[in-house]
Amino acid sequence: MYTEKVMDHFANPRNVGEIEKASGVGEVGNASCGDIMRISIQVEDNIIKDIKFKTFGCGAAIATSSICTELVKGKSIDEALALTNQAVADALGGLPPAKMHCSNLAAEALHEAIADYKAKQEG
Amino acid sequence: MQPVYMDHGATTPVHPEVVEAMVKAMQANFGNPSSVHAFGRAAKALLEEARVSVAALMGASPEQIIFTSGGTEADNIAIFGAARGMRQKGKGNHIITSAVEHHAVLDACKALEKEGFEVTVLPVDEHGQVHVEELEKALRDDTILVTIMHANNEVGTIQPIKELARLTKARGAVFHTDAVQSFGKIPVDVNDLGVDLLSASAHKIYGPKGVGCLYVARGVKLTPIGYGGSQEKRRRPGTENLPGIVGFGKAAAIAAVEIEEEGTRLRRYRDRLIEGLTALPHVKLNGHPTNRLPQNVNVSFQFIEGESLLLMLDMKRIAASSGSACTSGSLDPSHVLLAMGLSHEIAHGSLRLTLGRGNTEEEIDYILNTLPEIVERLRAMSPLYEGKEVVMSCTQRR
Repeated sequence: MYTEKVMDHFANPRNVGEIEKASGVGEVGNASCGDIMRISIQVEDNIIKDIKFKTFGCGAAIATSSICTELVKGKSIDEALALTNQAVADALGGLPPAKMHCSNLAAEALHEAIADYKAKQEG
Repeated sequence: MQPVYMDHGATTPVHPEVVEAMVKAMQANFGNPSSVHAFGRAAKALLEEARVSVAALMGASPEQIIFTSGGTEADNIAIFGAARGMRQKGKGNHIITSAVEHHAVLDACKALEKEGFEVTVLPVDEHGQVHVEELEKALRDDTILVTIMHANNEVGTIQPIKELARLTKARGAVFHTDAVQSFGKIPVDVNDLGVDLLSASAHKIYGPKGVGCLYVARGVKLTPIGYGGSQEKRRRPGTENLPGIVGFGKAAAIAAVEIEEEGTRLRRYRDRLIEGLTALPHVKLNGHPTNRLPQNVNVSFQFIEGESLLLMLDMKRIAASSGSACTSGSLDPSHVLLAMGLSHEIAHGSLRLTLGRGNTEEEIDYILNTLPEIVERLRAMSPLYEGKEVVMSCTQRR
């Protein structure tokens, strides 16, 4: 049911953890619906220098979190903001339809982290 | 280590002797049991032999057994058949079931609501048990059918069927029990239980998939849900799945011989697993601590999600199942665990290990050695687990 790439990112998730004194943190989902993703970013000169995630969820949730961090590490804030849930799923070679709705929250968590970063900049 | 199969609650490997009997039935006895010629008569003889064997395992008479395409069809024939039959007799239109039934029962009851029947769903306690007092409160003069499972498929809790059936019948209603998970695993005697209708399935007892049966006590009126033939006393028309039924008969005969010894062995394994797993931090046993099927272990691992656990177990060549939403395609966790009062978060992290004939002591050790590492890994990834590490290390030191 999952592609090889999904299984690879599930079995060997990249960038697991949390950045201390992160520039921005985004969390989406809720435990009652089944998935929670938290992404923390370290931004320097408008570039995402480091990114980490923590996820409570199914195989697809962990895999999407993992690949999302890979896709934007080293990218500018604007490039990261352009990342969509669909792009995350495509990068994994697709997800089962049932998993698109509940699991593919990674881009949203990233966008929340960026929003948090921007709010801190402005504040 | 060979792959470890711990999902016997979903289905069991077909017993080699069952396969042998089925192949023989297909090759040598291809006749239609309804035909009058010698080929038909030979097939009919095999059919009736299987009926005797299945009936014997539940203390019934052969003529009280209707073969079906499985447990789901047996439940449907029982529920639709009894409800419509009783209403036709003018007995009423109130049905009682429980919150932890299989969807074959719950969905059938929901469908009957659309036909104007009224359905009461009994709650369960934290162990998944229906209380006799709850049924007593729910029974009414117009109650025509009570359908409550013998043992739960997810958490293994065994219901007090004898008392529930006695109460029901004293009020003139029909009592049905879905015994798909218990038949062949623990003693099931229709007379001792006092039930009117009982569903069972072959593939849970090392028989083939797609075959089941319904026990029907004498005098119980069942309106058929299918039409088109006189097979199975017109209650389940259609040419019988003879090889499957022969396999069911063989599986029942084997279960009759092995049930006691196998039950004792599996209970030992089950208790070792429960003891080992609940010693881990933030792990909760689901289902009744003692009054549960010998082959069922169901635990919730707080802070992690069931499907992730299953996938990691699968990578370690352990096959299990979960009440997690993601494994069923629905977004909600198991209705059984929710009915028992578990929060969504904890219900999402449930794991069901169901033991069977092929499991060994070595496999129990392997699971107990493998699971903690997986659980620790997933918890390290979980945003819900923060701040719990201290609790974990304290528990581990004990």
